[in-house]
Amino acid sequence: MVDMSVKIGSVTLKNPIMPGSGCFSTDLAQVMDINRLGAMVAKTVSRDYRAGNPPPRAAEVEGGMINSIGLPTKGIEYFFEHQVPDYRRFTPPLVGSISATTIEDFEAMARDVAKGDIDVLEVNISCPTRDPKGGNFALHAEHTYDVVKLIRATTEKPVWVKLSPNAGDIVTVAQAAERAGANALVVSNTILGLKINTDTLRPAIGNKFGGLSGPGIKPVIVRMVYQCARAVKIPIIGCGGIVKVEDVVEYMLAGATAVMIGYLTFRNPSGMIAIIDGLEQWCVKRGFKRVADLTGAMIDEAPMETFAAAAMPIG
Amino acid sequence: MATEPFTSAPVMVGRSAAAPEPRPIPAEESLCPVISHSWVNAEYRHLVVEASPKALAVTPGQFFNLLCPSPDVGELFFRRPQSVYRIDRPKGRVEFLYKCVGRGTRGLATLKAGDDLNMVGPLGVGFHLDPTWRHIVVLGRGVGIATLGPISQLAKDNGVGVTAILSARDADFVMAGALFAEAGEVVSVLDTDGTSAVDNVEKILDGLIAQKRADAFFTCGSNRLFQLMKRVGRANTIPGQVAMEQVMACGLGPCYVCVRTFEVDGKKELRRVCIEGPVFDMQEAVGW
Repeated sequence: MVDMSVKIGSVTLKNPIMPGSGCFSTDLAQVMDINRLGAMVAKTVSRDYRAGNPPPRAAEVEGGMINSIGLPTKGIEYFFEHQVPDYRRFTPPLVGSISATTIEDFEAMARDVAKGDIDVLEVNISCPTRDPKGGNFALHAEHTYDVVKLIRATTEKPVWVKLSPNAGDIVTVAQAAERAGANALVVSNTILGLKINTDTLRPAIGNKFGGLSGPGIKPVIVRMVYQCARAVKIPIIGCGGIVKVEDVVEYMLAGATAVMIGYLTFRNPSGMIAIIDGLEQWCVKRGFKRVADLTGAMIDEAPMETFAAAAMPIG
Repeated sequence: MATEPFTSAPVMVGRSAAAPEPRPIPAEESLCPVISHSWVNAEYRHLVVEASPKALAVTPGQFFNLLCPSPDVGELFFRRPQSVYRIDRPKGRVEFLYKCVGRGTRGLATLKAGDDLNMVGPLGVGFHLDPTWRHIVVLGRGVGIATLGPISQLAKDNGVGVTAILSARDADFVMAGALFAEAGEVVSVLDTDGTSAVDNVEKILDGLIAQKRADAFFTCGSNRLFQLMKRVGRANTIPGQVAMEQVMACGLGPCYVCVRTFEVDGKKELRRVCIEGPVFDMQEAVGW
């Protein structure tokens, strides 16, 4: 038996696998047993209704996909009145995710959320297409600090801050979030990209720019997880391009305590469940009694053949 | 059914080895052996697969999200939604009729008899058939004709009369004529002789209404014909349903990629084709 549980601050998950925000809803009960997930992560909500961005909202690219959905939402009141009770038909902890364009709006939302029936608050300060030009709080350490500090002061709930790979220096943003009182970091949101349709000579998606995700971005985000894990003490949740068990292992070796999965669900709808099973089998095969022991367990030395080469210099 | 991992997928995905499922799970990812796969004309192919029990529960208007093989050196990262063309429960088969038009369908076209097709489904909200209707009219063009096959069959099985107006470029592209002829009366309208013009189709619809052979309208495949049927339906208070397409990512609801515009009481809203459709109320749909 492998102990599959992981601890993210005060929250214990029965396994480290959860969906990424925007890639999950109770609609997935069509194809999977949702109760097996480590946690449920709701789609990001804003305070008021948002229609989202014009279609087409996504296109495939080599290595994954590019999307600009634009955070459509019926607002936070609807979320608590209708969507939260719907999620509560299932047993995993519920992570609510919020977004806003101003710091005041974020604070007001955090106040609403503090009273609401969610277990964890994910602060999405990194949607690359909410602002059509791609800007967001998570691009700057000081903006991140200010918004997280205000939210921290308004709620006792665990606060997870979702970072952006588009920041020039994600490590200083991670440190700012930690300093402001974040309980964990989600690394990360999508990479801002552009796809052009060569038949029409126009952008492939309605918003022009979109967020790149899928297996093609994984090495970039694993590197960021590694760098952030060495720079902060709070747990990190790895997110980006996981499509198989070994990808989860890689994220955890780099320093992640748990992971979020998005694109895979589009390709293999019950893929998260298969990964939960496969991760346990992987741990058995490799002699890990606790999946949590994988976190940060990368042997931080050069690959073996590099050692061998160093021992026998040429010439 | 195959219980092996899905070899065409980048990850080993098997059925969950979990404890008993607490609630029914109506759709699944399954590998369906290809029984036959042939060209219908220069552009369309007819694909017959052996369906899993869950897949075989598909109803008219519902769809499967297909993992198509790649037609080139790249990979396909999205599935392709494909509505079902024929449901053959006695033989345990599901059939598709599709147009080879892009990378997905060109990849799909490479499958041979004996290969496995990775399908997710059945998905979405299909057509509704009211038991009080005596005669329905289905109006399809191009690949939309395929989508209207199962509802015509179901109507016939329930003793409801069907008039199928099939619109195409020329006689070669009036597909499935035999299938619709089994279900009822077929009226082909063509670009080559001008019969497919909107005003001519309108005359045909008016004629059916006058003969009281139009208790409900169904359409798929042409925005022009949809707009016509919507207008004639509104003027004569005939209920209607339209099956719509849109680029999809998840096909299951969460991702909000496949939205289209609808209008209810003068207020516009976006709905997801994959889970709130693909079949919608004709008067609420705005078109595409």
